[in-house]
Amino acid sequence: MKRLFVGIDAGSTAVKVVVIDSEKRVLYTLIEDTKPFIEEQTGSILKAIREKFSGCEFFVTATGYGAQLVKEADKRVTEISCHARGAFFATGKKGTVIDIGGQDSKVIVVGNDGQVLDFVMNDKCAAGTGRFLENIAWRLKLSFKEMEELALSSREEVSISSTCAVFAESEVISMLAKGIELKKIVKGIHRALVKRITAMLYSVSFFPPLILSGGVARNRAVQKMIEEETGEKIIVPENPQITGALGAALSGL
Amino acid sequence: MDTLKRIKYEVITKAAKLALKGNRILSERKFKTPKRWRTDILAPPLKIGLRTKELVTRHYLEGRYAEGAKPVAWVTSGAPVEILKALGFYVLYPENHAALCGARRTALELCLEAEKSGYSMDICSYARCDFGALISGKTPVGKLPKPDLLLCCTNICQTVLYWYRVLEKHFNVPLVVIDTPFLYREAEEHHIEYVKNQLDKLVEVAERVSGKKLKFERLKETLRLSKMAAELWHEVIQTGKNVPSPISVFDQFIHMAPIVEMRGDAETVDFYAEMLKELQERIEKGVSAVVKERRRLLWDNLPIWYKLKFLSEFLAERGIAIVTSTYTNAWGELAPMMDPQRPIESMAKTYLYPILNRGVGHKLKTMKEMIKDYSLNGAILHSDRSCKPYSVGQIDERNRLISELGVPALLLEADHNDPRAYAEEQVRTRLSAFAEMLES
Ligand code: SF4
Repeated sequence: MKRLFVGIDAGSTAVKVVVIDSEKRVLYTLIEDTKPFIEEQTGSILKAIREKFSGCEFFVTATGYGAQLVKEADKRVTEISCHARGAFFATGKKGTVIDIGGQDSKVIVVGNDGQVLDFVMNDKCAAGTGRFLENIAWRLKLSFKEMEELALSSREEVSISSTCAVFAESEVISMLAKGIELKKIVKGIHRALVKRITAMLYSVSFFPPLILSGGVARNRAVQKMIEEETGEKIIVPENPQITGALGAALSGL
Repeated sequence: MDTLKRIKYEVITKAAKLALKGNRILSERKFKTPKRWRTDILAPPLKIGLRTKELVTRHYLEGRYAEGAKPVAWVTSGAPVEILKALGFYVLYPENHAALCGARRTALELCLEAEKSGYSMDICSYARCDFGALISGKTPVGKLPKPDLLLCCTNICQTVLYWYRVLEKHFNVPLVVIDTPFLYREAEEHHIEYVKNQLDKLVEVAERVSGKKLKFERLKETLRLSKMAAELWHEVIQTGKNVPSPISVFDQFIHMAPIVEMRGDAETVDFYAEMLKELQERIEKGVSAVVKERRRLLWDNLPIWYKLKFLSEFLAERGIAIVTSTYTNAWGELAPMMDPQRPIESMAKTYLYPILNRGVGHKLKTMKEMIKDYSLNGAILHSDRSCKPYSVGQIDERNRLISELGVPALLLEADHNDPRAYAEEQVRTRLSAFAEMLES
């Protein structure tokens, strides 16, 4: 019977799934918004996968905040190891992974064999995470795409002084009330996020290249700013959001 | 002091002492591992725990009746307490009391009481607990005796200075501050002289408050007992050099109460001698604190008092033993400096040297030595929101351990007593990832 390896990354914003075979070929990927009942959600995703690949045997590895709720998991591995493994597989070299997730962000230093050499995560605050952008986007009634484009289109930017995601929101509102141009504010918001991330990066001894993963990694304004702030070249895997799930699938091998 | 109260104190405490001892001996005879103890991952609890309980219970019970019967002093954890002990003071350590509140999970309630009265959330959670207990009268130990004297030594932090000034106002009793200059390198003669002069002043004030004259022979004896207890405590910690270790840092956190708050008592010496014996027996029998010890770590900073059980089990499940810590070591490493023949001079020097009164370079050096001496595979540095002097420099210390010793190190954010600064899910993620990293 053919053996397939499923990686489920049950994050706070999205559930990501990757199925690979023993040759490490990616057969299937899925990204879905996280629903309140992760247990049921992942249960039905797995059921669909079993139907799709009927006749195969599965090994399921779960990661992410909801990993404990993936009842059918044969194995659970932390996001740190999964992102390292997934990024190493995608790029084939050592480097430093910057993962900006919905609820937390991490910097992972990956060695020559894909092993984790060091890592650091944001503290108990949402300011350096995807949730920060999400909150502001919601406030401003903008889509992610619009946020990204506005940030890219602006030459100038305002500086957001609040480090707290909630206070930053009120800061933005008062800036709008003062008539400051929206795109300058949006660019400033991106900068605030990136500064938090790079501060984390500099708290470990990292080495290039910088590999971005997680949903926010697709945002070109964020990519550009990380390059500006660090002076380092960055690599973005083809589908950065599934890096963790891919790593999970690989650790089942 | 009131004679009647004194008689009452003597009668009650003597009776309680006998009763507690009897109770302990009985419990020792039928000593069993509690049902919910995770024997699959942890060694059975140390038998000495029964004595710890006995001593701590007695200490607070004596406190209940001490007011008016004996001179009472409230002191900081690094205070030169031997002088007060030799003068017959009952000595209370608000920091230890706060730690007890932390371990019994009543600290948050007390912190909230303090915050309600206007104390900032940024003040050390030990101080907030103490203020909360003062304001509300709530304490898990029944009642705390009012002090006749306050003794604050700044060799741990500056917080204690402001904390004790609040106590001074509240109780309207004399406050003696022993100001210990920060040591960037070694202590100079003039540093020692400066502290010695303050100790002489302390003797004067304490004599006045207690209405007694300090007997020099008594002071020598007290310091001798302090030194012996500290030496034994240090030996207790050093049993952790054995692989696998018979003791975990969590055992040390629990059994360190006597060395902090009962320094100078003969019973504290017996206590640690007994504890050492039990640990040596464990070594002989090959019993390790963590059943399947695969990785050995260092802990830096104060414990997370309200999470001892969770952390000890979570790590033990993953084969990780935290073997030792800079924190528990602090009460043992200075033993050699104490010289009972020259009590005041040697105390002046000893109380200048606590780890928190020295530069971060010294702490890093201590950590490096411990990693080598205890054959450790890594370190967890608790970044304690409350304790700034302990936490400052940890980012660099962490990075230097990684780059210079090649061992992994993790910064774990929390607070020793305020559970609001602790996020369990995030702690789990970090510790699991760290465990995976240690295995790879
Ligand atoms: S700040 Fe640190 S040293 Fe000072 S009292 Fe609090 S825990 Fe102790």
